[in-house]
Amino acid sequence: MATVPLQHMTKEDTWKLPSRGVMAMACLITAEASIFTIFVVAYLYYLGRDVSGPTPKAVLEIPYFGTVCLLSSSGFIMLAERAIEHGRMAAFRLWWMVTILLGAIFLTDTGLEWYKLIVHDHLTIHTNLFGTTFYSLVGLHASHVVVGLLMMLVVLVFALTGHLHGEHAARVKVLALYWHFVDAVWVVVFTVVYVVGR
Amino acid sequence: MDADSMPAAPGIEAGIDRTPDVAKTGTYLELVHSWIVTVDHKRLGILYICFALLFLLVAGVEALLIRVQLFFPHNDFVSPFTFNRLFTMHGTTMVFFVGMPILFGFGNYLVPLMIGARDMAFPRLNAFSFWISAFGGLLLYYSFIGGVGLAGTGSAPDVAWFAYAPLTERAFSPGHTVDYWAVSLLATGIGSIGTAINIIATVFCMRCRGMTLFRIPLLPWLYVTTSFLVLVAVSPLTACQAMLMIDRYLGGHFFDTQAGGSALLWAHFFWIFGHPEVYVLVMPAFAFANEIIPVFSRKAIFGYPAMVAASVGIAFISLSVWAHHMFTIGMTSLGNAFFTLSTMLVSIPTGIKTFNWLATIWGGKIRFATPMLFSVAFVFQFVIAGLTGIMLSISPWNWQTHNSYFVVAHFHYVLVGAIVFMIFAAIHYWYPKMTGRMLDERLGKWHFWLMVIGFHLTFDTMHIPGLLGMPRQIFTYEADRGWTLLNQIVSVGGFIQGVAILILVYNMVHSYFHGAEAGPDPWDAWTLEWSTSSPPPAYNFPVEPVVASRRPLWDLKHPEDPDSAFE
Repeated sequence: MATVPLQHMTKEDTWKLPSRGVMAMACLITAEASIFTIFVVAYLYYLGRDVSGPTPKAVLEIPYFGTVCLLSSSGFIMLAERAIEHGRMAAFRLWWMVTILLGAIFLTDTGLEWYKLIVHDHLTIHTNLFGTTFYSLVGLHASHVVVGLLMMLVVLVFALTGHLHGEHAARVKVLALYWHFVDAVWVVVFTVVYVVGR
Repeated sequence: MDADSMPAAPGIEAGIDRTPDVAKTGTYLELVHSWIVTVDHKRLGILYICFALLFLLVAGVEALLIRVQLFFPHNDFVSPFTFNRLFTMHGTTMVFFVGMPILFGFGNYLVPLMIGARDMAFPRLNAFSFWISAFGGLLLYYSFIGGVGLAGTGSAPDVAWFAYAPLTERAFSPGHTVDYWAVSLLATGIGSIGTAINIIATVFCMRCRGMTLFRIPLLPWLYVTTSFLVLVAVSPLTACQAMLMIDRYLGGHFFDTQAGGSALLWAHFFWIFGHPEVYVLVMPAFAFANEIIPVFSRKAIFGYPAMVAASVGIAFISLSVWAHHMFTIGMTSLGNAFFTLSTMLVSIPTGIKTFNWLATIWGGKIRFATPMLFSVAFVFQFVIAGLTGIMLSISPWNWQTHNSYFVVAHFHYVLVGAIVFMIFAAIHYWYPKMTGRMLDERLGKWHFWLMVIGFHLTFDTMHIPGLLGMPRQIFTYEADRGWTLLNQIVSVGGFIQGVAILILVYNMVHSYFHGAEAGPDPWDAWTLEWSTSSPPPAYNFPVEPVVASRRPLWDLKHPEDPDSAFE
């Protein structure tokens, strides 16, 4: 076998390509953003077109606590990213667990909200257009939170069993990118559902 | 010059691995198993193409059944209900289970080879994407036996490929056929998004040394733009299938007009997907033309940067034209003006492409082998399809011809005259690389000429009943309308195309066993895939290539006059 390169060498000695993990996550976020856009447009389009109650104004309460928890988790995951980059695994485990905890609190908050809406206000996905669009949009976001939490739990298991090290920082950062996206989407959903729509 | 007498340049011999392929030994069971568990981009590419060709035959038969029914006025070859199922399944299959998989198949096979990579960026995601798409196709066809229809018997979706609401709601489509349709599109949509992510990551992150953005061959460039369109256009389809499922299974009201839901919103959502989808399908056809026309004109592609810019331009413009499918639904005059103008704007970048292909052919030393014949027909037919497209973009004209056979003729001119013709060109051009055998040139010429004659009989003629007022999707017509002879010509053309495709299938099977040995580089081409053996080894390149221009093999074959000195 000849081992000559196919082409004469170029002068460029450094050949740097972007990270495929980040590139793929950016693409996934683009696709997911399109899906959320469609659901947001449907929510806004159907605002106030219900033929029967209950209306958003009558039953929705602004979820301040859950929102603060979810948005602050983006800050804590950044601390975790910085920790694993510098190989400080104890700090990484702490901030990672705080992030998961805050995400779980947000999810519980959503669960309690839905319990109140279903049991006390008798609003289900079947009740009216508001119910259909509300549970779909908020549920779509919540399902993304669930996926994010599950993936972060897998990383936590690896971290607690000592299989995760500083060299995995790049991969953890790709996952963190997804979590930042989930948080950013909540800003949009929160604005649309609880500020504009109420 | 004849293809198989083409001498391979001595320079490329160095990069070819002649060690025998160990995977070829073993029992048949092991062989099948190795294809099922494979994550090799070349094998997945071939699986995609075979899967698509199988569905091409199925959807082609559905088209021919439609044409038999329309051969005579008041024909009762199939019932009106069966007719609805036939055109629904024909459209859905052709778009989602022929067009998309065959184009992704070629992309899978060619993109890593052309950029000098050993595989896609995410091989396992690649395998997942293929199998979930294939599952979607099987699910759609399972509705023939599993989808309980109105009479309690097996059935199939009958809501047309755009499935306008509220026809798809529980109240109007009981049974499970619409559910199979929606879940099938949901599954294949996930597969498409996975492949699109994979192709973008591959092109940007796996390029071989020296392959800067402006040295990437045009085919990977166009696959990047098409993949971007898949990300932003197929996702809305996935979203609205989810909404439809919420309506049908959870009792939601998205498209339930009696509870305030909107049928109009479905139309908008569907065409926000549906129009860019046309460009998702046609962009790879452009990509094949960009590779084939220069090789058979013996010239470098004319205006490479303009080609890249025009492709990206088409991708962006195509996102703002969807409502030209909805002129007759009714819009404000501002809306009409906007969508007329934005649609006309598409003709600028596509015009740039057409002129660049002509300029590439101009003054070239043209070889009319089968791939080039199909490419020349493609350029001609694509221009005509574009011209009727401009006619239909003018909203007053559109009001008169919407949902008539004029529209059917227009979009089949794009889908068959441009896309299917370039797919056939690509099959003839890259078959030697994929199998190591040449396709028979004489059968290829028969295939081409029958296809051209059949195509023009069918789709040139089809414009006329449209102008005479024949609406699409009707299962029969009155004899005194004067449409009978025209419909008969259309049907005869359809059967000629059917024969042409059978010749292709025979040629592919026959040449696999008896074709002439292709060698690594039968067309004397210039991109990296021709520097490997045919078929390439699992790892593609024994030594990772380094490139210095857009035509690395030209540089290698002509060291005295390399492209790198001019770019």
